[in-house]
Amino acid sequence: MREAAARALAFDLAGALKDAGLVAGIVVLLTIALVGFRTQDASGGAALSYRFEDVFAVAALAFLGRLAVALLRAHRPRPVLGASVLFALALTALLLHGAETRLLPFASAPFNWTIAIAAWTLSARAAWLLWHSASELSAEARDALMDRIGARVQRSAGFLGPLLLVAAVTLPFLPWADRRLLDIATLVLTYILLGWGLNIVVGLAGLLDLGYVAFYAVGAYSYALLALYFDLGFWTCLPLAGILAAFAGILLGFPVLRLRGDYLAIVTLGFGEIIRIILLNWYEFTRGPDGLSGIPRPTFFGLPITRTPPEDGHSFHSFFGLEYSPIDRVIFLYYLALALALITNFVTLRIRKLPVGRAWEALREDEIACRSLGVHPRNTKLTAFALGAMFGGFGGSFFATRQGFVSPESFTFLESAIILAIVVLGGMGSQIGVVLAAILLIGLPEVFRELNQYRMLAFGMAMVAIMVWRPRGLLAHRDPTVRLSDHGPPR
Amino acid sequence: MGYFLQQLINGLTLGMIYGLIAIGYTMVYGIIGMINFAHGEIFMIGAFIAFITFVVLGLVGIGWVPLALLIVLLATMLLTSVYGWALERVAYRPLRHSPRLAALITAIGMSIFLQNYVQLLQGARVKPLQPVITGGMRFLEGGEFAVTFSFLQMLIIFVTLGLMAGFTLIIHRTALGRAQRACQQDLGMASLVGIDVDRTIALTFVLGATLASVAGLMFLLNYGVIDFYIGFLAGIKAFTAAVLGGIGSVPGAMLGGLLIGLIEAFWSAYFSVEYKDVAVFAILILVLIFRPTGLLGRPDVEKV
Repeated sequence: MREAAARALAFDLAGALKDAGLVAGIVVLLTIALVGFRTQDASGGAALSYRFEDVFAVAALAFLGRLAVALLRAHRPRPVLGASVLFALALTALLLHGAETRLLPFASAPFNWTIAIAAWTLSARAAWLLWHSASELSAEARDALMDRIGARVQRSAGFLGPLLLVAAVTLPFLPWADRRLLDIATLVLTYILLGWGLNIVVGLAGLLDLGYVAFYAVGAYSYALLALYFDLGFWTCLPLAGILAAFAGILLGFPVLRLRGDYLAIVTLGFGEIIRIILLNWYEFTRGPDGLSGIPRPTFFGLPITRTPPEDGHSFHSFFGLEYSPIDRVIFLYYLALALALITNFVTLRIRKLPVGRAWEALREDEIACRSLGVHPRNTKLTAFALGAMFGGFGGSFFATRQGFVSPESFTFLESAIILAIVVLGGMGSQIGVVLAAILLIGLPEVFRELNQYRMLAFGMAMVAIMVWRPRGLLAHRDPTVRLSDHGPPR
Repeated sequence: MGYFLQQLINGLTLGMIYGLIAIGYTMVYGIIGMINFAHGEIFMIGAFIAFITFVVLGLVGIGWVPLALLIVLLATMLLTSVYGWALERVAYRPLRHSPRLAALITAIGMSIFLQNYVQLLQGARVKPLQPVITGGMRFLEGGEFAVTFSFLQMLIIFVTLGLMAGFTLIIHRTALGRAQRACQQDLGMASLVGIDVDRTIALTFVLGATLASVAGLMFLLNYGVIDFYIGFLAGIKAFTAAVLGGIGSVPGAMLGGLLIGLIEAFWSAYFSVEYKDVAVFAILILVLIFRPTGLLGRPDVEKV
């Protein structure tokens, strides 16, 4: 079997070397200007420093990597295994030892670690190939496998959901739940809420919205302005913020929802930018780039969670006769985020079974067929848009009350892109996929906060890598909510 | 009158830059029906490579402006076009037969990656460049407002028109242009008659990146400062230009670019500078509502 495969894939060393050389050449062209030179401000003009050794290192690594991949493709794992294990061992030892920086390929540790991990991955691949001979998974087989996993996760949502819920509810009382972990968890929950909200628009109704952050901003500023100008509390403003955001959604959606696909995407993007620019420049009303501060914190049924109780009443801890602890508020905000997210999830799951929810999914699949069946496309899309915007508004007012401060900086296009990425990476229309993607995209980078500079670099790369690997999302499994099945009546 | 004329000149110059970027959007959209979201970053990378080349030339001591400009132009075009090629190879080719949303996400991912890549390597501060081309012609000196038509603006308009002419020739006269037009009509059919579709698409990205890099160079010369974030706004405006002109149509992209440039210049001059971007986006929304195919676009008939 292995001999047959080897004979079929006769290895063309000269060709592989040429190909690897070509890749290295391209890498040199890519990096020579931007990596090779670094411009620095100096008195009377710009100064340069040089980093040609980095260009050389990248090119050499690209050459070796390409050669290794070519060898693996031709089923020659032995040399790859030997070389990559040696290389990975040497690099890891050097990194752990933490000295002699001259021998390392790059000056910065995260890059070196990336290279080391890549080398280990390569050796694992080679070892796999050596022991399993030609039984490497083809792309289709891998995709089908992931599809089956996705389908299984979807089907087991019945017990997976409650399990996750229990985990989420007990999280603050676990021994290792410190303030930092709870803060990250709250952030992840906020993005899960936003992801579920956008999922209604993108996943269910199939409308590509690149300006979701606009509704998030409307919600945040609604609460901030209402609280500061009219002295309203969080619980009064929450529904108001949702309603205002939904109005913004209708206002935008009414004229533009007859556009299709990418046109809609770019118009929503433009709308998001318009909102941000207005917030930035309408100084008398929004205080522009300075932002609004002093936004009141939420209360627990009228009880503020503060150290000193207000003069005419109780605070949370004095009412229940507890010892005050600063983590109380963190835990409270965590549960607030959890509750809002759960409401979103619940509404989405229920509304999918209503006629309007089914009309969304039908519109996503075929607009012309829907029109001929009497579904009004624009009005139906408007409901999805408004509902999604409303949850965006909830998320926004939660954000405002959690931070106590809002400024236009928090509502850039990047935010929209991240939320959309969560929905698409998770697998469009999949509720659990959103949770998974939010933990991956928001939770992981937060944990590695020290690598601040490299965080967004890795984030962008991860978005590309996941999409190339799983173009339909991690847990993509598009089952219509209703279907006429062969095995009995429709569910 | 003088003020108006000055804004007209400024707007045309700006419009030329947008038009050059917009061509890249419109070509890619015409062929694979996808917004190349990272195209604005290619423009930004072009501006940075041009900046670095200028600094290197300054250190080497090539001070004669025409020669320096020529070297910078060629180096920028060459190095940036490699980025265009690599972008297509890494982020788009593997997704050729995937849902369109997937390619949009990889494009956004590449855009985030490239921005942070440049920020990490070259720093987050703005990069100032000494004016390279100074001086100009002055008109209406006697009137209430003297109009300056700088040599730089002339150069920008001249080079853009030259590139446009050359580009039109490529599309209409060469084998590559024929292949591109065939792919635009029907990808599957084009591959059946022996057109290397992958190669055509890759070359389209290379051509688009080349034009965007020239736009980056001109942006650098025109404004004198760049940072890693310029690609986002310029990219959106150029895409607006492409939509305004009718996406898929190359003359439309140029026309749209000019209109966007003029709108921006006149809005800043007569209304408010702060809201010039709002004006551009509002016009985009209005055009799409009342004429969704753009000014020169063909109507897009939806079939069952």
